[in-house]
Amino acid sequence: MSEFFFDREQRRPRLSRREAIRRSLFAASGLVLANHISFRAFGAAPAPAARAKAVIQIWMWGGPSHTDVFDPKPEAGYDYCGPLKSPIETNVPGIRIGELMPVLAKQADKYSIIRSLTHNNFGHETASYIVQTGRQPGGRTVFPCVGAIVALAKGYDAGYKGLIPPYVVLTEPQGRFDEAGFLGPRYKPFATGGNPAQTPFAVEGVVLPGFSDQRQKNRRELLHQLDTLAQALPEDPQVAANTKAENMAYDMILGDGAKVFDLSQEKAELRDRYGRTKFGQSCLVARRLVERGIPYITINYGGWDTHKENFQAMRRLLPEMDKGMGTLLQDLSERGLLDSTIVWWGGEFGRTPKVQWEAPWNGGRNHWGKVFSAVLAGGGFKGGQVVGSSDAKGEEVKDRPVYPVDLIGSVYAQLGIAADTKLPNPEGQPTFVMPQPADGIKSAGLLKEIMTA
Amino acid sequence: MKLCAGASFAGSLGWLAVLIFSLGKGLAATPYESPAARAPENKIDELVFARLHELNLEPAELCSDPVFLRRVCLDVTGTLPSAAEAKQFILDRNPAKRPELIDRLLARDEFADYMALKWGDVLRIKAEFPINLWPNAAQSYHRWVRDSLRDNKPCDQFARELLTTSGSNFEKPPVNFYRAMQNRTPAGIAQTVALTLLGERAENWPSNDLANLAVFFASVGYKSTGEWKEEIVYFDPASTNAGALNGAARRAVLPDGEKVTLQPDADPRGVFADWLVKNPRFARNLANRTWAWLVGRGIVQEPDDFRADNPPSNPKLLDYLARDFAGSGYDFKALCRLILNSKTYQLACLPKSTNALAAANFAAYPLRRLDAEVLIDALDQITGANEKYSSAIPEPYTFVPDNLRSIALPDGSITSSFLEMFGRPPRDTGLAAERNNRITAGQKLTLLNSTAMQKKIEASRLIEFQTSSNRAPAEIATGMYLGILTRFPTAAETKVAQDYFQSGIGKRQAAVDLAWALMNSTEFLYRH
Repeated sequence: MSEFFFDREQRRPRLSRREAIRRSLFAASGLVLANHISFRAFGAAPAPAARAKAVIQIWMWGGPSHTDVFDPKPEAGYDYCGPLKSPIETNVPGIRIGELMPVLAKQADKYSIIRSLTHNNFGHETASYIVQTGRQPGGRTVFPCVGAIVALAKGYDAGYKGLIPPYVVLTEPQGRFDEAGFLGPRYKPFATGGNPAQTPFAVEGVVLPGFSDQRQKNRRELLHQLDTLAQALPEDPQVAANTKAENMAYDMILGDGAKVFDLSQEKAELRDRYGRTKFGQSCLVARRLVERGIPYITINYGGWDTHKENFQAMRRLLPEMDKGMGTLLQDLSERGLLDSTIVWWGGEFGRTPKVQWEAPWNGGRNHWGKVFSAVLAGGGFKGGQVVGSSDAKGEEVKDRPVYPVDLIGSVYAQLGIAADTKLPNPEGQPTFVMPQPADGIKSAGLLKEIMTA
Repeated sequence: MKLCAGASFAGSLGWLAVLIFSLGKGLAATPYESPAARAPENKIDELVFARLHELNLEPAELCSDPVFLRRVCLDVTGTLPSAAEAKQFILDRNPAKRPELIDRLLARDEFADYMALKWGDVLRIKAEFPINLWPNAAQSYHRWVRDSLRDNKPCDQFARELLTTSGSNFEKPPVNFYRAMQNRTPAGIAQTVALTLLGERAENWPSNDLANLAVFFASVGYKSTGEWKEEIVYFDPASTNAGALNGAARRAVLPDGEKVTLQPDADPRGVFADWLVKNPRFARNLANRTWAWLVGRGIVQEPDDFRADNPPSNPKLLDYLARDFAGSGYDFKALCRLILNSKTYQLACLPKSTNALAAANFAAYPLRRLDAEVLIDALDQITGANEKYSSAIPEPYTFVPDNLRSIALPDGSITSSFLEMFGRPPRDTGLAAERNNRITAGQKLTLLNSTAMQKKIEASRLIEFQTSSNRAPAEIATGMYLGILTRFPTAAETKVAQDYFQSGIGKRQAAVDLAWALMNSTEFLYRH
């Protein structure tokens, strides 16, 4: 049973079977052929060793305030930190984080904080695009985001057989841009809908509360008896495709594929630790999906666009984020899954370090793309590290700038997705997993300092 | 017009009359075909049937009246007929009822809504990334397109306004044509012009040809104003692009090779527009797109991929349509009317020949899954529900009235997970293939088993109405068939429904399941 949610024929990119041309290295003379593009097709050449099998992306929709979360600046004074002036020590000496995150403070040995991300873009949609594709907007092409590329590299084309699609978003799609870009709808995420903090977690289309298997079977039989046009057109390819899709759907509805979403199988105590919130329980579902082999899960976590009353929002949101994400890291680690699972936390940008106290903002923070933070854990990324820094007020990069493409490239490297793998671009332009020098994307190199050798 | 009225007693008698009448005439075994003769109605049929004859292929029978009503309503207005409309049309003995229906549909507002949706895909009408028209510009652009279609503006004038207008994106809607593209270099504009108005992929042209076309767009200027997100598109003879491309000689070459000299003070876009609207490539492209929209497949397929090595399946047909269209003064409604009245359009979906040649030569009407927007509107119409749309753009929020139908959404950025799942195009490139109407298991889960669907059915006025009085199961079935499938049930179908009602699950649940089954049938989900 392959490719559950996506049709096979339409707009399916054709993969080049061309053998990889090895990067030429004239060792004797020490001369490197610069800009020699090497082609690689998925599956056609040995991929670099993979440390990670899966990614859980906590997408901080709206852009979280970096200085209130992972890059506190208590010395900058009240106009910058407002009431959140007492960051807390973590279990890694020398690393302090925002005071509203006591659970994550005890897990700092498991993650690395990048405090010098930058792209200088201040619009939600363009910044979302840059942070999730590593590309610059403009030109005719819309590039796929990381999840879609993982769905291509680790999904049905690569032998993934699960009923649940390889790229899942909890619970609503991001909607800022077409996540699959030119790869087409086959590589879009499956959005669960529903709310995992409610019982049952009514994953749209999979779990219909109050419906017995018997009623499901009875009405399916009724449908078949009344499907007069299908009976009249048994040979029609559309009818055949419809029947195939229906059979797959019922395998999911009546089979045990849906059990992964049944959180009643988890201990109540663990569910409490994650927090009985939509976000907390989404983290728990994400762990269960990783256990089932789903390679890419995005938790689409909104509420961070805090133009107004930022501090009230932080006091409301950060404790639930802390419990969910902190417990996720600990739980993955205790189950031995963290070594093979990347947890990537971050949004499209940070927020204005200087607080806007005046009305109508009343202590709000605006968009800030000059410097902001991200967090990486697991899957071959070291814990207990800080990469780069921002200046004293959190307004500019102080040292070691990190561009979105560097973070994304490091994630691909840990997943064993080669940077020079050719992407199937329907318009025929040669396009690769990572930008080529000619694309002119700013880069400061992979995050070698936090990648285990 | 939302609710399907149940069939009255008289309606049931009418159904019997139809059945007896039809049996008397030897009706085909399915409810989808008509026994009427397939004599050519117009020149289209002569050309299509001649080509089929040449290929030794037999066309399908004509479609039945109920199928025709459903098909033409969906294809022309993107809207399901109501139960009352269905009953009235089916029982109408007027021999001219098909052409009269076509005329009525072409005059409806939903025709403009639905065709504006198709043009919105082609023109990439979208507020947000990567097109970034901005909400009020997207809406004014959409309104201009819709009004042009409602007023049946000649298509040459429509194209000329798209190509030659200058001014503010808010006040002169067609200037948004030049804004609705990521790549605003002269070559980027030229590619978009070729795709939109010629149905050609200029990136596959010899590179000289693309550079030649780009010359006509080298003086397109863009500038912002003090107004938030306002942008002026204008003729900028001082543009650096213009200098680089035109050179001192100001010579330019039109796509068919004709050399022209550009006057320094004249906007070269006008020179190109003059050429375009007199050129058969333009007429063929629009005729072919229209044919593909209505008949389900282009004479050149994909409909936006004209090139020497992708010839039309019936060149005479394409030439005839293009010449007739140009000769009518680019009368879009007349072109639609011509196609819809043909017997070719009115063939049944049950093919007599099933090979690829038969499909490419229109030997039967092809099954296609309903467009995302049409499907959700149809489900809402039957159940009396509304979609709630809101814009994802922080400010200014776009106000979307509750009763706005999905086919009338002005802006491709305003969407829903249903529309995304059912293949609504992202409107990134304007390519026809962006719209994806192929069925997936995820779509089936949504239709078969989602709480959203179940709630729509459970709460629907249809169920309430059909189960509220002492209606017998056969009557309930008749009402549901008319409202959901635009026809009366066959005797066998009525029997299945009656048995289900008597299976001991209760009248209401049986009615809910029956409505669910009909809304999940192939007949509902696919144009046929």
